[in-house]
Amino acid sequence: MNTHDIPLQLTQFVLVITAAPLLGGWVAQCRAWLTNRPGAGLLQPYRVLRKLFNKDPVVAHEASLLFRITPYIVFGGMCLAGTIVPMFSTGLPFAPVADAIALVGIFAFARIFSALAAMDVGTAFGSMGARREMLVGFLAEPALLMVLFTPALISHSTSLTTIVISLTTAKLVLYPSMAFAAAAYAMVLLAENSRIPVDNPDTHLELTMIHGAMTIEYSGRYLALIEWANAIKLLTYTAIGIALFIPWGISRSGNWEDLPLTLTILFIKVTAAGFALAFVEMLLAKMRLFRVPEFLGTAFMLAVLGLLVHFLLGA
Amino acid sequence: MSVSLGLPLDLILGTLVLWLILALVSLTTPRYPWITRALFPIGALGGLTLCVAGLMAVGQAPIVRILPLGLPGLPFHLRLDALSAIFIVLFGATAFSISLYTTGYLQREHYPAVARMALQYHVLLASIALIFLADDAYIFMVAWETMALSSYFLIVTDHHTAAVRKAGFLYLLIEHVGALAILLAFGIMQTPMHHGIETGYTFHAMRAVTLDTGMASAAFFLALLGFGAKAGFLPLHVWLPEAHPVAPSPISALLSGVLLKIGIYGLLRVVFDLLHIQIWWWGVTALVIGLATALFGAIYSAVQSDMKRLLAYSSIENMGLIMTGMGLTILFISYNMKVLAALALTATLYHCLNHAVFKTLLFLGTGSVLHATGERNLGKLGGLIHRMPWVAFVMLVGTLAIAGVPPLNGFVSEWLLLQAFLGATLFPHPYLNMAVPLGAAVVALVAGLAAYVMVKFYGVVFLGRPREPRLTKATDAGPWERIALTWLAVGCLLLGLFPTVIISIFQPTLALLIGHLPTHGAMNGNWFLLAPTAVTQASYMPVAFLGAICLMVLVTFVFVRLLFHRRIRRSTAWNCGYPLLTPKMQDTAEGFGQPIRHIFASFLRVRRLLPTPNDNMPIYSSQVEDRTWYALYLPIAQGLIWISGFVGLLRRRRIAIYLLYSFVTLLILLVFAP
Repeated sequence: MNTHDIPLQLTQFVLVITAAPLLGGWVAQCRAWLTNRPGAGLLQPYRVLRKLFNKDPVVAHEASLLFRITPYIVFGGMCLAGTIVPMFSTGLPFAPVADAIALVGIFAFARIFSALAAMDVGTAFGSMGARREMLVGFLAEPALLMVLFTPALISHSTSLTTIVISLTTAKLVLYPSMAFAAAAYAMVLLAENSRIPVDNPDTHLELTMIHGAMTIEYSGRYLALIEWANAIKLLTYTAIGIALFIPWGISRSGNWEDLPLTLTILFIKVTAAGFALAFVEMLLAKMRLFRVPEFLGTAFMLAVLGLLVHFLLGA
Repeated sequence: MSVSLGLPLDLILGTLVLWLILALVSLTTPRYPWITRALFPIGALGGLTLCVAGLMAVGQAPIVRILPLGLPGLPFHLRLDALSAIFIVLFGATAFSISLYTTGYLQREHYPAVARMALQYHVLLASIALIFLADDAYIFMVAWETMALSSYFLIVTDHHTAAVRKAGFLYLLIEHVGALAILLAFGIMQTPMHHGIETGYTFHAMRAVTLDTGMASAAFFLALLGFGAKAGFLPLHVWLPEAHPVAPSPISALLSGVLLKIGIYGLLRVVFDLLHIQIWWWGVTALVIGLATALFGAIYSAVQSDMKRLLAYSSIENMGLIMTGMGLTILFISYNMKVLAALALTATLYHCLNHAVFKTLLFLGTGSVLHATGERNLGKLGGLIHRMPWVAFVMLVGTLAIAGVPPLNGFVSEWLLLQAFLGATLFPHPYLNMAVPLGAAVVALVAGLAAYVMVKFYGVVFLGRPREPRLTKATDAGPWERIALTWLAVGCLLLGLFPTVIISIFQPTLALLIGHLPTHGAMNGNWFLLAPTAVTQASYMPVAFLGAICLMVLVTFVFVRLLFHRRIRRSTAWNCGYPLLTPKMQDTAEGFGQPIRHIFASFLRVRRLLPTPNDNMPIYSSQVEDRTWYALYLPIAQGLIWISGFVGLLRRRRIAIYLLYSFVTLLILLVFAP
């Protein structure tokens, strides 16, 4: 751990928190363009956050302390996750706090708290949302872990930093096994971030929503924190995908001179990923809830295929 | 250190005597229940002593002692080594909390047979301690039978109900099938007696023998059957979901927290200490059994609607995970990959410790809920976080721990297990390399399901609105119970936050079971950094993790409150604008488990009751039944009845026929007489 890398860490921390809603805005804007609408602009998520923060929060009579503390916990967990993923540098002093498996643990931590908070008020929608979210969670978790296993086996490490270093310095430019893993990861990303085809982030149609049903009792600053945490989660998932599958352009530790360049590369990658996400969402329709196990089962099988390809080809 | 070498063993033997005295005292004072109740806190001190003595003994050389008890010429041999010491620590810490809890429990619950319970309870504690100390097959089996019988009597405390007696009988039956298998395993491992050198029934003599592959495999599978019946592996798990719900809650906690671990202890003792060889396909068998048990337990616990039954199936799941770790260890040792074996064994031992702490916590907390509401059915509880905040808070800790989320303890052992799986790709067989990592996927699926189950459990019991009006009268746990529950919750937190300290305590045990490691390689890192091999390979810092999250929550809270100070308005729940809201609209346990029933339909046997449209009083119900009964036990029972039918042909109820049998037997004996 280098002390002069700490500013680097702080840069990423501030960047992740402040820029995360921008990605959400960009995806929404792309979707609007792709469907021939003018769109609300890139800054719309910030306007929504400001509106929500300035409102009176309404809390149900039955809500316990757990309900009120959960938005803070979820937000804190997502900030931590966003801080330790190597986005533009591998010299993050905070990265050893959690490796890839522990990172999955952070997402599980946040998910369990949101599900419990959703059940706290005791409405039909809350418990329905909690049930569905946990369903998606337990199906996505093995798939995600299998995805992580392939790069972990290639680099003999579960630390994201080491994975990035070994993949960027590897002899092969493209691992065939990683192609399968990338496809599986894309599917897990869609499911975990409640995007189409698993969930629709834009509707509040009562009987089909998953994440929306969980947060339906939240308002004011609590809802703002949850929305913001979701934005950070989407950015973090995108960054993990970038670190695993297109890691080129992430600098080694302590190179301040590289910072403008690496940040530009990161910006381009995230922009492209955001457009790709919008494109995929535009092409697909939301599927029935009981098709979700098939969808995530496919993701799991793809990841396993990647693993087997790794053993068969040794690459 | 200047303490004498035998001190830990003396302390443990002293505790044993103390517990036996307490048992005797409770026998003499059935008329004065208050004296009996006062015995439990004293017994709890014994648990604490055991914990301390175990910690003292871990780093020491094994302490051996011969007790002048037993039969003439067959004395009892005791030995306290690093493996026993770890399990004694586990047992002592758990017994301490259970004894304290029982003190409060009996003050509020009016059990008619307090004295009998105190007697059996303390005998059970003493016999468990003796199992961990036993160094010969004789005292082991004596202590094992004592444990089986005293726990049987504790399970049937409410013996006036037929269901209780039935569950107790099932427990006793499986326990004894297991005991027979263990006895046979010891028989195989025993040496023929040499002249005056060493008697064959001691473990010391068994260590000296090297068996050939066939005999060793026979001993291994008998031990797997015997100890597996105790630990609840598939398909011998059937007693768990029957016995746990009917036993008094502290006894359920002891059953799940400690008694299941005795099976694990026995397997570790036989496989790694007494047998000298480990064969790769033993490891594969153990791995497959472990994964199947874990998945089975997870799926079935997701569809239960009885609190204790749910927790019992969750115990099956956790025992499966422990067995998975043990299978990996055997596999690694058989290919002489000692560093990875140490990692897998660390995961196994760690999960034993974790499961003992959080499952005891959950069962005791369930006891408090049961106590306050008189209700075991999840579908009739709800909203208890407002009525029982203390229990709700410690149960939240236990729930998060068993769900396997950082920074609590369940995550640490799952993380270690997954790391061990990642190492499982360097075997000489390519098929093993491809198949074993898939086990990690099953572990991940099980972990995800466990989170699902625990959200269901906690959410339905403690959150939402009370589903029955009388729940509003529920009161929080008393002071004794609070101390016990808090002790366990703190245990969950400490085991989660300081894994490297715990793992350094395991080192002598690892050295004992798999030999000295080439490098001191099992753990690199310091007190706050867990890194099995190197920081660049895998690392996890629980303290920093918790610290960072707490800091971020605090900073966010302060910022948000400073910048935006709008007042909170309390109102009725929004619920998409639907004004009528009754507690019946919340998910019941069945409702919450419905997706699992749907997805895993082929794993489950569901009996649905669907009334006809003309039914005036329609009742809808669906009941999930254990497949093992229909696939295994009922066919066995029918087969036995069928065979018995032939035996019936022999019994003609006429004295002449019986005399003829005697005559024929006599003739045959005369023919074969030498």
